[in-house]
Amino acid sequence: MELVCPAGTPAALRAAVDAGAHCVYCGFADDTNARNFPGLNFSRAELDSAVDYAHARGAKVLVAINTFPTAGNEGLWRSAVADAEAAGADAVILADPGLLAHAAEHHPDLRRHLSVQAAAANPDAINFYASAFGVRRVVLPRVLSVDEIAAINREIDVETEVFVFGGLCVMAEGRCSLSSYATGRSPNMNGVCSPPEHVDYSQEGGDSVARLGGFTIHRTHKGAAAPYPTLCKGCFTSEDKTGHVFEDAVSLDASALVPRLVNAGVTALKIEGRQRSRAYVAQIVRAFRAVTDALDAGRAPPALALARLSEGQAATTGAYAKTWR
Amino acid sequence: MDLTVAPNPFFWNADTVRSFYSTLACAPVARVVLGELVCSKRLPFWQGEIPQAIDNLQAGGKQVALTSLALITLKRERKQMAELPGLGLPVEVNDLSALHHIAPGVPFWVGPMVNVYNESTLRWLVRRGATRVCLPPELPMRSVAILANIAQGEGVALEVWGHGRLPLAISGRCYHARLHDRAKDSCQFVCDTDPDGRDVDTLDGQRFLVVNGVQTLSQAYACMADHVGQLREMGVAALRLQPQSVGFAAICADYARLLADEICADRLADNLRAAHPQMQLCDGFGRGQAGASWRGRAAPA
Repeated sequence: MELVCPAGTPAALRAAVDAGAHCVYCGFADDTNARNFPGLNFSRAELDSAVDYAHARGAKVLVAINTFPTAGNEGLWRSAVADAEAAGADAVILADPGLLAHAAEHHPDLRRHLSVQAAAANPDAINFYASAFGVRRVVLPRVLSVDEIAAINREIDVETEVFVFGGLCVMAEGRCSLSSYATGRSPNMNGVCSPPEHVDYSQEGGDSVARLGGFTIHRTHKGAAAPYPTLCKGCFTSEDKTGHVFEDAVSLDASALVPRLVNAGVTALKIEGRQRSRAYVAQIVRAFRAVTDALDAGRAPPALALARLSEGQAATTGAYAKTWR
Repeated sequence: MDLTVAPNPFFWNADTVRSFYSTLACAPVARVVLGELVCSKRLPFWQGEIPQAIDNLQAGGKQVALTSLALITLKRERKQMAELPGLGLPVEVNDLSALHHIAPGVPFWVGPMVNVYNESTLRWLVRRGATRVCLPPELPMRSVAILANIAQGEGVALEVWGHGRLPLAISGRCYHARLHDRAKDSCQFVCDTDPDGRDVDTLDGQRFLVVNGVQTLSQAYACMADHVGQLREMGVAALRLQPQSVGFAAICADYARLLADEICADRLADNLRAAHPQMQLCDGFGRGQAGASWRGRAAPA
């Protein structure tokens, strides 16, 4: 079982490797990856050193180039693939069919993983990406139950990787324009969701209000701080109902489901959070490494007490436990 | 430039479907995409109407294609998808996994739920057999211009989202069921009470989104009327209009008059507002702005 851990900075990458990550994923500091936040991500030189650091300690580095290239500017994405290969990356994580075709043709020896942004949610989709572009591993969208994941693994020959901890998209990833509808900037085109430059906090009467692109996402009473206005975690009104229409302010914690995911044939467990601190990364990686080590040794995995590390300090098992069905 | 009618994303009963497509057979549109886009559970309630709708539309001179689902996960859904190419009409792919069931070289259409953002992906789809591609609504005009140029060179028809609530997201979770405190499998088909989606407003009363089962759309109606001249110059082949429950035939007629230069964009927008006083319009995506904005102005508070 492979643990795939996030690194938004070289320091976080070293922290993840030191904490026992089998694999670290990261991206370049531009529009080419889906965590394109100010102050995050890697320069070419930083990636070179990061790969050296990880390889020297037996860990792999995966480079996420998983936004959809902009028409007229595809060169930026193509050079990201070339530079990842030159740095010695163990794989690239791609979503766009055009870029996958380019990588398969021009970088045939560079291992290709299918990003969750491609939202390949059934065996036909996965087999299609495998045969068309030689994809070797698929990161599964967070819309599937464990039983569905097991069924998928019975029908495909490539590896699967699933998210087990961190931020949770409730929409099929790579197929959501909610952020650009409110702000003009989207995960697919810009690698950002609900970006901070479009966020406005204000105090109105006794309320704290958080708006995104002018739309009110949270309004909390009596001085309680309004949470960050991630659009799909907002509180809205629909007819007689007021509440979190799409998803509560929770994040994913599937740590208790890891044994079932292993039985479902999953190859790798992914932790979300390239935007999180290196201390956070180290703590989560250490905790999950204890789980994978126990399972590899045939022992029962330890129960993890990770609640306080979750965003909003509330966690869900998302679609895995089938409660969405 | 001509008009394509998108698949109806909402859950309408069989009678409504029958009368909608029988009226549409006389509308000034060139083609119609039929079928269930959003939720496979709805299909048994209205699929009996599809053969007659095809006959009516074809008798009215329309080209007809059948859509795939936008998100295929269940076995039943894969089976339906596998059968779609054998029905004798072009398939519109709205989930790339549909390509697993379409033999290389067999022509197909690509719908707006497929991520065609750049030249390489467009060329790749054309090589695979795509003959008509509707771009994702999120794309700004500068991307449309580049892709239209490629499409003309490749000899494929390019479409742009022209009118209707924007399909913004698709999920494994049913929001209609969630609003009724139910899970997806026990939804009791509650989305049938909202023929244009169920409104979701902000806590400050801003009209924002609508939910439609597992789909989320904009509450505002996209209207690309201002861009028609530009799109025509770029070589875009068609505007896509999404069905809505009230006044759709008149909407088709107005867009046809717009394309024929019989009315201007202002007149079309005025007509929309007169016929639908509650309708908010938006066109920000084309301008590279927030999709909710209209003619460069932010959505009203």
